[in-house]
Amino acid sequence: MSIEIDHVNKHFRDFIAVDNVSLTFREGELTALLGPSGSGKTTLLRIIAGLEQPDTGRIRFHGEDTTELHVSQRGVGFVFQHYALFKHMTVFQNVAYGLTVRPRRTRPGKAEIRDKVMRLLELVQLDWTAHRYPHQLSGGQRQRIALARALAVEPKVLLLDEPFGALDAKVRAELRRWLRRLHDEIHVTSVFVTHDQEEALEVSDRVVVMNKGKVEQDGSPEEVYDNPANPFVYQFLGNVNRFRAGIHAGEARIGDIRLPAPEFHDRRNESGLAYVRPHEIEVYAEAVASDTLPARIELISVVGPTVRLELRTDAADDLVHAELPKHRFHALGLTQGNDAWIRPVQSRVFLPDSQVSNG
Amino acid sequence: MAGVAASRGRVIPGFGLTMGFTLLYLGLVFLVPVGAFLLYTTTLSWETFWNAVTHRQVIASYKLSFGSSLIAATINLVFGALVAWVLVRYRFPGKKLVDALVDLPFALPTAVAGIALVTLYASTGWVGQYLDVFGIRVAYTQLGVIVALTYIGLPFVVRTVQPVLEDLDAEWEEASASLGAGRLTTLRRVILPALLPALLTGYALAFARALGEYGSVVFISGNLPFRTEITPLLIVARAEQYDYQGAAAIGTVMLVAAFLMLLVINGLQWWTSRRYG
Amino acid sequence: MSDKLAKRVGLSSVTVAQAHPRQGPAPLWRRATEEPAWVRVALIGTALTFLALFLMLPLAVVLYSAFERGLGVWYSAITEPDALAAIRLTLLVVAIVVPLNTLFGIAAAWAIAKFEFRGKPILISLIDMPFAISPVVVGLIFVILFGSQGWLGPWLSAYDLRIIFAVPGIVIVIAFGTLPFIARELIPLMQQQGKEEEEASLTLGASGWKTFWHVTLPNIKWGLIYGIILCNARAMGEFGAVAVVSGRIRGETNTMPLHIEVLYNEYMFTAAFAVSSLLTGLALVTIAIKSVVEWQEERRQKLAEA
Repeated sequence: MSIEIDHVNKHFRDFIAVDNVSLTFREGELTALLGPSGSGKTTLLRIIAGLEQPDTGRIRFHGEDTTELHVSQRGVGFVFQHYALFKHMTVFQNVAYGLTVRPRRTRPGKAEIRDKVMRLLELVQLDWTAHRYPHQLSGGQRQRIALARALAVEPKVLLLDEPFGALDAKVRAELRRWLRRLHDEIHVTSVFVTHDQEEALEVSDRVVVMNKGKVEQDGSPEEVYDNPANPFVYQFLGNVNRFRAGIHAGEARIGDIRLPAPEFHDRRNESGLAYVRPHEIEVYAEAVASDTLPARIELISVVGPTVRLELRTDAADDLVHAELPKHRFHALGLTQGNDAWIRPVQSRVFLPDSQVSNG
Repeated sequence: MAGVAASRGRVIPGFGLTMGFTLLYLGLVFLVPVGAFLLYTTTLSWETFWNAVTHRQVIASYKLSFGSSLIAATINLVFGALVAWVLVRYRFPGKKLVDALVDLPFALPTAVAGIALVTLYASTGWVGQYLDVFGIRVAYTQLGVIVALTYIGLPFVVRTVQPVLEDLDAEWEEASASLGAGRLTTLRRVILPALLPALLTGYALAFARALGEYGSVVFISGNLPFRTEITPLLIVARAEQYDYQGAAAIGTVMLVAAFLMLLVINGLQWWTSRRYG
Repeated sequence: MSDKLAKRVGLSSVTVAQAHPRQGPAPLWRRATEEPAWVRVALIGTALTFLALFLMLPLAVVLYSAFERGLGVWYSAITEPDALAAIRLTLLVVAIVVPLNTLFGIAAAWAIAKFEFRGKPILISLIDMPFAISPVVVGLIFVILFGSQGWLGPWLSAYDLRIIFAVPGIVIVIAFGTLPFIARELIPLMQQQGKEEEEASLTLGASGWKTFWHVTLPNIKWGLIYGIILCNARAMGEFGAVAVVSGRIRGETNTMPLHIEVLYNEYMFTAAFAVSSLLTGLALVTIAIKSVVEWQEERRQKLAEA
């Protein structure tokens, strides 16, 4: 079932949480709503669920307007950030809840409920916890029970609010791979909210980047990472260096380095900023070519197989971060406090006033 | 019907029903009667009002009520803080029982407390007979009033200080000690300032409660005019003589005092939450 | 210095033990947050003496005086007709007031904890307010409104309605005096629990009533029980306000505390204490339930942290 968000606005007192957002989530896709805290992603998710009412705009499920439909009638599965498992009920009773509270006419029989709950508990690999209470489970297990409970009502869409936010790093990584596999199995249209870019890029079919209530970019994980639409997305998805650049006839010039910037083919002699990721910078021990930038190594830190350098160069206002594999670092023989030469090999250029424009 | 219940943007149902009942009940039982009472007071002539509230016997009762309440609240401040400290910091047999019993004055009917206290502190009572040896008389004196007011105010300081003391991070005291401070200095410079808002709130609560207290006092005080008559007693006496105007005038003074105390307490709680929130 | 730290800085417990061969590690060592033993003993002693004087002795004197002359005397004192009438009246009043205040407490806590609205702090202060007003003034307010010389007095007597010196007056002053207790217990509890579980229940298709019944009520159960039992104890023991409105008509408008007063003033001390012992038992049950509720809450928090 597809979800259509049509010009939705929501404010709390004088804070604008969702600012005229229109989006469509396609049938069967797993979408990540990615953004910093306060970007409006959770509010948008709660509006889709019917837990908040939009000020203006419509929500449609598969073309059917659900804006006025109460949350209890909307048929969404919602997984809360802190799981919201019912403390006084066993795992079994929690998962069965959505079925047992149905009116007598549509309520399945006892045996049917039992079978269904046990099937779901098997699906989340926790059938052995049926008679335990939530407090007897670990965080990751509670998360999976919350998911099973949401799935028990056969929701049309599955909504997850920071599903891995409260877990430690190792469990997080395991659980998100598990969620990906689960989604491939059940294929229900799913939206999850996260502030963790790695999580969004790894798990989802599609990433929607939000900031200050607006959608900054909407695309596949690869698209969003490789081709960020604007400086915000660039900075939010991983580390980035900013070089002062001249823009002239479809080229960006950082010192003597010329990098293609075809979208600015009609600009002449303007200045902008070139955004370059740490792994897109080549480092040399000597000036191998005329177009390298001289720099000074301020700090070397070895992080597992990678070496991170902090360099000072005239072409950038801040320290430049570069990353290279350890074997390459050793081959170069670089030392802290000495000179090095660097060359960005790829960049994306933005004009200074383009902070919010979609480039 | 149920499908379109998301009216006015409230998702959880029942706001209109619960809010409506809350306001209706609060209005009928509390707001309208208090409002009507204040309205009644405004129908009194200024002279009637002034004469009633400044009658010699009434002035004497203010002195007794305010004075005894202040003394009782002060006793509770000192001993309440001590009891809270002992209950939070130390272990001793029967501690849980003692902790539970602190609430007794809150749960025991005031009339029962009243007859128990006068029986204990009368010159033939379990405690009174020993005090009598030293010429100390408690029952039927201001001392008796103070004893009763101390009794009913006892839970307030303990129960406001206790949670703050429990949350007090040991790291502060350890830091203070590691910087060379002795235990008393740490108490004075680190612990007491942290407890101050709670201490003052408890003090104000105990004082406010003592001011309006009736049941536990009237038995032990003996109600001697000009000597051991508390203000609430005079209100009862006026009402029983059908002097509603006099009773209402004194009652208004008590009501205004209670509202002022409530303002002070709310202010103190706001201060506390700002300090620790 | 903790053992761990001692090891880390090289003072193994063995070295310390050698310095004090008989007593084990560092007998004079004292934690930074602790006082010397004699100070502790002195403080505990002072606190317990104070509590004995003001808490234990009054309790003891009630129970001692009630049973001083044997169970038979105690029993006949509480089954004497006027005592029974007082008990019946008190139970009747409580049976009206406690359910009303329970409904009020639940409704107010639901509105305040689950919704945002303007003026919420004012509403909370208003609910607290009856607690601050002297019981005597509470009684006076209703005497002035409904008394024979009061504002509505002539109108009431024209229709032959009695409120003051009758049961309705007693009910309303007790309802006023005990209004805050259940609400005060539930509001912080429900605010702390938030609304996530209710929202979860709604997303799973449950109606508002089902959500309240299956999710909210079990979560507030213990707090609600304590609130009800406290409200009940305070309602049964209310004295000052009832003293003003009841008229003390023996066997008719005397509640238990008023009956105790009458007996005491007539020098029937044993009977007074016998009736008192019933209310004292109720007070002890109340604080026992409070302890159970707090114990449950502590357990819940420990589990939540685990």
